[in-house]
Amino acid sequence: MNPEALHRLSEVADAATGYLYPNELDVQWSILIVLYPYLTGLVAGAFILASLVKVFNVKEVAPTYRLALLTALAFLLIAPLPLQMHLGHPERAFWIFLAPNPTSAMAMFGFVYAWYLMAVLLLEVWFVYRRDLVLYARQTRWPLSWVYAVLSLFSRDISPKALEFDRKAIKVITIIGIPSAFLLHGYVGFIFGSIKANPWWSSVLMPIVFLFSAIVSGIALVILIYMISTPLRGQQIDMKCLDTMCSYLFYAVIVDFSLECLDFIHRLYESEESINILSRLVLDKLVISLVVMQLLLGMAVPFLLFVIIKLFNLAEELRKLLYFVAAILIQVGIFSTRWNVVIGGQLFSKSFRGLTEYKIELLGIEGLLTAIALLILPFIVLTVLIRLLPPWDSPTERPTATGVAT
Amino acid sequence: MNRRGFLHSFWSYLLSFVGARWVMRAERATASVAPEENGKLFGMGIQVDKCIGCGLCMQACKSENDVPAEPFYFRTWVEQYVVKKDGEVAVNSIGTYRIGSPEDVSEKDVLRSYFVPKLCNQCENPPCVQVCPVRATFKTSEGVILVDDTRCIGCRYCIQACPYGARYLHPVKHTADKCTFCYHRTSRGLLPACVEVCPTQARVFGDVHRMASPLNRLKRMSKVHVLKDHLNTEPKVFYTNLDGGVR
Repeated sequence: MNPEALHRLSEVADAATGYLYPNELDVQWSILIVLYPYLTGLVAGAFILASLVKVFNVKEVAPTYRLALLTALAFLLIAPLPLQMHLGHPERAFWIFLAPNPTSAMAMFGFVYAWYLMAVLLLEVWFVYRRDLVLYARQTRWPLSWVYAVLSLFSRDISPKALEFDRKAIKVITIIGIPSAFLLHGYVGFIFGSIKANPWWSSVLMPIVFLFSAIVSGIALVILIYMISTPLRGQQIDMKCLDTMCSYLFYAVIVDFSLECLDFIHRLYESEESINILSRLVLDKLVISLVVMQLLLGMAVPFLLFVIIKLFNLAEELRKLLYFVAAILIQVGIFSTRWNVVIGGQLFSKSFRGLTEYKIELLGIEGLLTAIALLILPFIVLTVLIRLLPPWDSPTERPTATGVAT
Repeated sequence: MNRRGFLHSFWSYLLSFVGARWVMRAERATASVAPEENGKLFGMGIQVDKCIGCGLCMQACKSENDVPAEPFYFRTWVEQYVVKKDGEVAVNSIGTYRIGSPEDVSEKDVLRSYFVPKLCNQCENPPCVQVCPVRATFKTSEGVILVDDTRCIGCRYCIQACPYGARYLHPVKHTADKCTFCYHRTSRGLLPACVEVCPTQARVFGDVHRMASPLNRLKRMSKVHVLKDHLNTEPKVFYTNLDGGVR
């Protein structure tokens, strides 16, 4: 056996308190599994923000519609990577598709993911960009023109009738997409919530809490990307759009906070057998990540900032600053939420008699650096997507010498 | 490729995929027919009062089943409970890397002390089988839960789902590993290694269906209890004289 792993386990054993079953010392799901619900949450949230425009006709947030879609796509493409890298045998992952166990929540991942990617996001992005792709294919030079032609799946028709069909298709896909986004993240919550062996996870509220925290983090992410990218393009931030997005974020934070309070009060009031060890878990192991980062910095401070913005008529620049700070704090808070669920749930023994410790590695496939790289990767994908499919400008049809519009 | 050609190959692929799945399922069904006919259902009885905490069962298990020698991986282990006069309980697993502190308890503070051998409970409703995404972990017709280490992807969902801490990720194979009731022995009529070596016969093994089996004799003579009954996993490891404090 690897002597480093042995050394790490001995260190963990020295740091552990109380009694643990001997196989329980090692934390099985590492920081990579923290990333997975965090990333999919961002996808679901960003998509729901985008759907506000098409389904609920919230015109104010229209400037971020395409950006939100591309953000969702970029993060969805990377979301399965941490899962795949975490497997003991990544080369066997295809069995999940070939011989899935219908009673396993995790086996359904492949199908929910494939449905969401193929039937919702890619299809919607394609219809949204089809006209642009056709025009780019005509107006750019080879090889880019060829890339756009392939991306448009060689469609050429941009007559008003065809564009009308696109609009209808987008509406239908978005309507299907909202329950799909709920499914995508609600089911991630179910993966944890359905483990009856673990009282920290086993809760019927888990999918709903996951869902609302996903909406919170996704909207906050699009706000951040919008606030950073707009000045970079030399444009003015549309304050009406920003105010509306932040209002929705505020409402989502309220629902999320209420749900988490409900979960907390419910556990405390029922005071089941596990309550003692869970209290020790929170007080001994999760004070920083749960009380300080998740509740105080990630929830209470942004909430107060939003209340201040709503109550007082603040100047535009100050509002922007507060929104920006709130959105960053919310990201920190939601990441901590994922940490507290995934890592927190493995720090106590199922004998309810002891606590172990998670010693994160710096290097290695499940190390901190890998996790940081996996967090940066979606932004690189997003940059490429934005370059290829600019969300802000649409090409115009240009008349040519022969009089045919291109 | 024209449209007709495309559709033709599409349907051929689809049919062969469905066909392959059907054959695989049929193969599995026939594979499980043979043992079902003998109708055995394996279970274990553990007499808490007879265990002296010698740890022979742990050693036998490790050498019989190629369990990693390091003190962090166990298919079976023995817990030592020391109940103090003030009601506090100190617990430890003997022979494992030292966690818990019964040794620190002064003799005059001790109310009573006992050992509890633990292993996979071979549940009738196994949460590990339910959650395995690729059906690498499965229940045999004898009710034994096994892991196919050529199929296991190492996701560790089963380890999370097991309420008894009976599973671990094998550090060399990178697949889930657990007690098999020594399936390679018991399916040939032999006893599991831990039962074979127990000097006090604290562990008994047998067929739950056969009234004359040592297990059923134990169940007739004593009151038995299972671990974490409230989780409805229906364990097939039965304990006699089990203290309420054991989880």
